[in-house]
Amino acid sequence: MMMNIQYKLGLAALAALFTTPAAAQDAVGLDDKINQAFADFTGPFVSFIFAPFPGTGFPWIVGWLVVAATVFTLYFAFVQLRFFSHAISLVKGDYSDPNDAGEVSHFQALATALSGTVGLGNIAGVAVAVGIGGPGATFWMIVAGLLGMASKFTECTLGVKYRNEYDDGTVSGGPMYYMSKGFDELGLPGGKILAVLFSIFCILGALGGGNMFQANQAHQQIAGITGDYPGWITGLVFAVIVFAVIVGGLKSIARVTEKVVPFMGVMYVAAALVIILMNADQIGWAFGQIFAGAFTGLGVAGGMVGALIQGFRRAAFSNEAGVGSAAIAHSAVRTKEPITEGFVSLLEPFIDTVVICTMTALVIIITQQLIVDPETGKYMLNEAGNAIATVDGNSGVSLTSAAFGSAFSWFPYVLAIAVILFAFSTMISWSYYGLKAWTYLFGEGHTKELVFKVIFCIFVVIGAAANLGPVIDFSDAAIFAMAVVNVFALYFLMKVVRQELASYSERLKSGEIRKFEH
Amino acid sequence: MTTKIVIGLDGTETGERAIAFAKDLAKLIGTCELVVAYVIEWSPYTFQTPEENAQRHKRREEEVELATSRIVTPAVDALKSAGFDAQGIVRHGDVAETLNAITVEQGGSQIVVGRSSADGIKKRLFGSSTQNLVMHADVPVTVVN
Repeated sequence: MMMNIQYKLGLAALAALFTTPAAAQDAVGLDDKINQAFADFTGPFVSFIFAPFPGTGFPWIVGWLVVAATVFTLYFAFVQLRFFSHAISLVKGDYSDPNDAGEVSHFQALATALSGTVGLGNIAGVAVAVGIGGPGATFWMIVAGLLGMASKFTECTLGVKYRNEYDDGTVSGGPMYYMSKGFDELGLPGGKILAVLFSIFCILGALGGGNMFQANQAHQQIAGITGDYPGWITGLVFAVIVFAVIVGGLKSIARVTEKVVPFMGVMYVAAALVIILMNADQIGWAFGQIFAGAFTGLGVAGGMVGALIQGFRRAAFSNEAGVGSAAIAHSAVRTKEPITEGFVSLLEPFIDTVVICTMTALVIIITQQLIVDPETGKYMLNEAGNAIATVDGNSGVSLTSAAFGSAFSWFPYVLAIAVILFAFSTMISWSYYGLKAWTYLFGEGHTKELVFKVIFCIFVVIGAAANLGPVIDFSDAAIFAMAVVNVFALYFLMKVVRQELASYSERLKSGEIRKFEH
Repeated sequence: MTTKIVIGLDGTETGERAIAFAKDLAKLIGTCELVVAYVIEWSPYTFQTPEENAQRHKRREEEVELATSRIVTPAVDALKSAGFDAQGIVRHGDVAETLNAITVEQGGSQIVVGRSSADGIKKRLFGSSTQNLVMHADVPVTVVN
């Protein structure tokens, strides 16, 4: 989920959707007014969520997530290191009972959750981080990714532990369930209130960051290849496909996407590896830049703190650790031990941030997209002075695209397709997260669910068509507001996870939990 | 000791021929139990949407129920009424691996399957389930044409 994106499209596109050309002129004015009114209405909330600590440029929400990740890391004594190889064994199915074959496997739950997080954050977000914070931002991004593993572990364990299993065999889980049921169990008040708050933010986040933003970026990519055209056309096509999948139950499209997305992810990492290996002699230099930049700033705007903020911020935006979304995705797995899903989920920030984001950063650094002043050896700033000057003045997706394109001229096309597919799979994932929050608030039922799904599809069109900066600021803020509520609840519930961890570790040591022969 | 023969069904008529052959074998052996197995092709490494995951348990139950009522139970009932000792098993997994696993678990001495129907490109690339079974099974396998 990113901000700082240039929205090229004018409001005319949105106007065209609803009005005749003759009325468009008035409508533009009207849209401006709506935009302004919305911005005024949501502005205080957005400013509050992204407010910096006094006297710094460091948004407190990023601090909130990093402090939480650090607390969980220490509280669970570096669970992400101690159980890393165990997590891989679980994903491989070493501990899966053959009699449970046919249920959701750990691998499937991980893959589903990953397809919701791997996306624009890894491609565009990293470019923004490195473009502003310099190579040193990569170091802090990796640190944040490693710490975030503990947050995911905590929330996903709770997600499975407190999920609802219905008589018909379906499941619903996520932060709203561990907030209400977990708090009740511990005799704490306010669980329901937190759950309702979380659900509201989750719906807003799903419609915004998980939908409009994705549709908007997908349109930017397509328009970048075909030339500019009205965004509502892209929006409508996407909305029809999304409708077919989530309402029509057209599994084939989802299935194709879910198969192509991991392939794209692997291909992306492979291309990055090839580029890095082609420049093997520079790997040492690149890491030198990353470490030097992490602590000195190498001339970037804001120095070391600038690198740190960018790295932490983009990592948090990319892997969503602490946001609570993954807890919804992971809760479908069939396991007698909720904590095993926690172990599996801690691989997610590792794959998303430590591996994929680092690859992007290395490619940008190694292909020397960032301009160094030959005299001082420091990075030169662009004219505006707010980011590092790049070879063609690129930033965001186009910086990543140019970096890959400098090695493989055809790669920008592949990247564009990847971005579109990532956007689509992220939408499908978030439509589910939003739906779960919706049904938590309004109850399960075909009509109630249909209402949300139709709203979701309408927002796809709006998202692709409009230049709705304030709306997207707001929805990003909503996603982070999810983290405020979620992390707050996690602090109270983490002792439950510690009990699970102690009991599981003991049984693993004693041999009570052991591998199955396959 | 009772000899156990595992019959792998795939819901097609070749399964009928496999049953017929197994019956002949059982008659020759004497004390023999027939285990009718149906494996629902499934891999833990496929990619699914969150919604599919949430409904997976329900779908699994439905799949097992369907395979049991449509294929396995009728076959077991027919065998029993013909005077054979028979039981049925339905499980998810890779067809070849799972049939073999069921056989090992049940202490079966051999597997009888029908020749599987052709399955296009996948078969050309990876071989059919029958071929895999023949190559990797721990017990003798009879493929009925």
